[in-house]
Amino acid sequence: MNRFTRRESVILGAGAASALALGAGRARASIPTADVPDPGFVPEEGATLTVLRPSKFVQGDEDMFIANSEEFTSLTGIPVEIDFESWTDLTPKAAVASSIGSGPDIIMGWGHISHQYPDAVVPLDDLAGYLGAKYGGWWPMAEKYGKQGGKWISMPIGASGGRCVYRKSWVEEAGFSEVPGDTDGFLDLCRKMQANGHPAGLALGNAEGDGNAWTSWLVWSHGGAMVDEDNRVIINSPETVEALKYGKALYETFIPGTESWLDPSNNKAFLAGQLGLTQNGISVYYAAKTSEEDAMRELAEDIYHARMPIGPAGKTTERSLTVNAMLMNYSPYPNAAKAYLQFLMEAEQYDPWLTACIGYWNHPLQAYDASAIWTADPKHEPYKHVLKDALWDGYRGALGEASSAVLADFVMVEMVSSVCTGRSTPEEAAAEAQRRAERYYGSA
Amino acid sequence: MATTAQTQPASLPLPNQSRLARVLDHKPTLIVLCLLPALGLLLVFLSFPLLFGIYLAFTDTRLGRPGEFIGLENYRSLFADRTFWTAVWWTCFYTVFATVLKFGLGLWLALLLNHRLPMKSLLRAIILVPWIVPTVLSAIAFWWIYDPQFSIISYVLVDVLGWRDTYINFLGDPWNARWSLIAANVWRGIPFVAICLLAGLQTIPPSLYEAAMLDGATPWQRFWRITMPMLMPILAIVLAFSVIFTFTDFQLIYAITRGGPANSTHLMATLAFQRAVNGAQLGEGSAIAVAMIPFLICATFVAYFALARRKWQQGGSDD
Repeated sequence: MNRFTRRESVILGAGAASALALGAGRARASIPTADVPDPGFVPEEGATLTVLRPSKFVQGDEDMFIANSEEFTSLTGIPVEIDFESWTDLTPKAAVASSIGSGPDIIMGWGHISHQYPDAVVPLDDLAGYLGAKYGGWWPMAEKYGKQGGKWISMPIGASGGRCVYRKSWVEEAGFSEVPGDTDGFLDLCRKMQANGHPAGLALGNAEGDGNAWTSWLVWSHGGAMVDEDNRVIINSPETVEALKYGKALYETFIPGTESWLDPSNNKAFLAGQLGLTQNGISVYYAAKTSEEDAMRELAEDIYHARMPIGPAGKTTERSLTVNAMLMNYSPYPNAAKAYLQFLMEAEQYDPWLTACIGYWNHPLQAYDASAIWTADPKHEPYKHVLKDALWDGYRGALGEASSAVLADFVMVEMVSSVCTGRSTPEEAAAEAQRRAERYYGSA
Repeated sequence: MATTAQTQPASLPLPNQSRLARVLDHKPTLIVLCLLPALGLLLVFLSFPLLFGIYLAFTDTRLGRPGEFIGLENYRSLFADRTFWTAVWWTCFYTVFATVLKFGLGLWLALLLNHRLPMKSLLRAIILVPWIVPTVLSAIAFWWIYDPQFSIISYVLVDVLGWRDTYINFLGDPWNARWSLIAANVWRGIPFVAICLLAGLQTIPPSLYEAAMLDGATPWQRFWRITMPMLMPILAIVLAFSVIFTFTDFQLIYAITRGGPANSTHLMATLAFQRAVNGAQLGEGSAIAVAMIPFLICATFVAYFALARRKWQQGGSDD
């Protein structure tokens, strides 16, 4: 570990700030930026940083993230230690760190986590304000996840979108030229694909990403929601019951075993050629496309993406899995942490990262629409605007402790799962979800 | 002078001793001082968390926010919570069936290992492997073994032997998932039981068996009349430990099913964790954890008193 004297640290801090400012001045030509004064965060004496973030689903994500962090260290002399944590264990680790006041300086966790303990983080208004002004503003959903009470309690760095991932040849074999844009047509497609031996499959286990994504889409697409605009629990509604009936019908077209699927399960089954359709990030395509096996690259040719169909609600109702960086208030090096986050989000680092993970972690800043990754391959396009029009966890109410707790307790997933597995009728499952959600939100 | 010093009672202070030496020479003080480190560790790492957990169970504490005392509200809510009652029932079922299987198979294995076998030491070492392997690793191995698409068991039954047409849905069906978890727990727990009982078997004097054989006792009679009674004391201890380990199991469930499908395999421990840490409801999670205590105390007492050493085993009457 490097140790610096106070004098050296002043020199280092100033040097680091100017090095970072210099880096910020060299924005990649393709990304439009505004001329905004650099906030000039001066790292503290002897700063070191530890970062906790989700483990990779695409290799390029991890490689470029490490490369960018090493570049930061080489410019500033600030060592950065990164822990890549499994998706399921990320929330508990963040919860424990915030509760005991010790742990990583920066936690890059799911967007809703920071709303569970807003008092445990350092506001990032200065940094987020600077980045928003420079890079064309934040997408509305990024602001929703990042802000509470008008303050930036965390900063979105990317979001994975759940889109329909399908085998084009098998969809055509079922008599469709593309995935239907409505829920009735979608169910019809899944039934025909199942009849042809190419079933769909969506996770019904307690999968943080995939399970929450498709069950939220299911309920929202039928006009249901966990709460109303005033945070009153309304999940036990006719719309939810209709959604659950539709979900049960859809489940009957699935490959066996989805009840126990966790986040990696559909990726594995799809790449093994056992699935015709699923909802996922772009990671399935990435794995096939970058594989060294010829068979996998051939499979990639047949993989296409589409937006999830629109249901009776009459609008797109996809969820985003947003990753927000939280600067924990116990960190002794908040300025170094801000400098590091700024460095990661500047175009010289962010655009290569976005490109390396082919948009798996979608951009929260609007200027990155201009990234070449969105035109490099037409199959990337459905993932271009994850944070532009996604719905948020706890839709239609506010993000907060209750919405986070309901999500973390898999209330939505288990409601759908209990109907699909025949343990409950749709009415019973909706009533049970209402009861559980009211434990968190409070009853009306 | 040396003779005088030797004859002086140890408890009386020597005239030239410092105050510290006199304090340390005082036997009760010395005992307290020696016990303090152990007591401190127990208080800090066992008693405090337990008492704090019990306190939290009566509050609405959330992660990152202190709570208020709410009396029995957490328990009132749990009483109406179907998931909680499923977890209670499944925890008891899991404990009973896994323990019975572990003891049946473990005792059988111990009896086999107690015979003269070639490479007996090597066999004993191999048998310990499931217990030595970190639980999470064995859980991940079982997760693959039970995978709905890539299970080796399904592959052999369907693709190699052709005995089935479809892959087994090990973890997707609630009952399949439950039995699969019990099987994983039994596989992991047998070595502990077997090795402990083997140690017990080796303490039984061979002369008892020789005398029984001279009296014409059959192998079954020797087992039932000599082996089992003599094993009872160690059986009670091992059973108590096994019940506690199984009842509080966490890692296997968390790694293999995370409580699914549809909450059907949540043990009380995993449900407490999910509510307290993932769901941020520390109060409710603690209430679930505290609800485990009466079950554990009952199970331990039953195991201990039902199977504990009898007077006749020490030569007394069996009153």
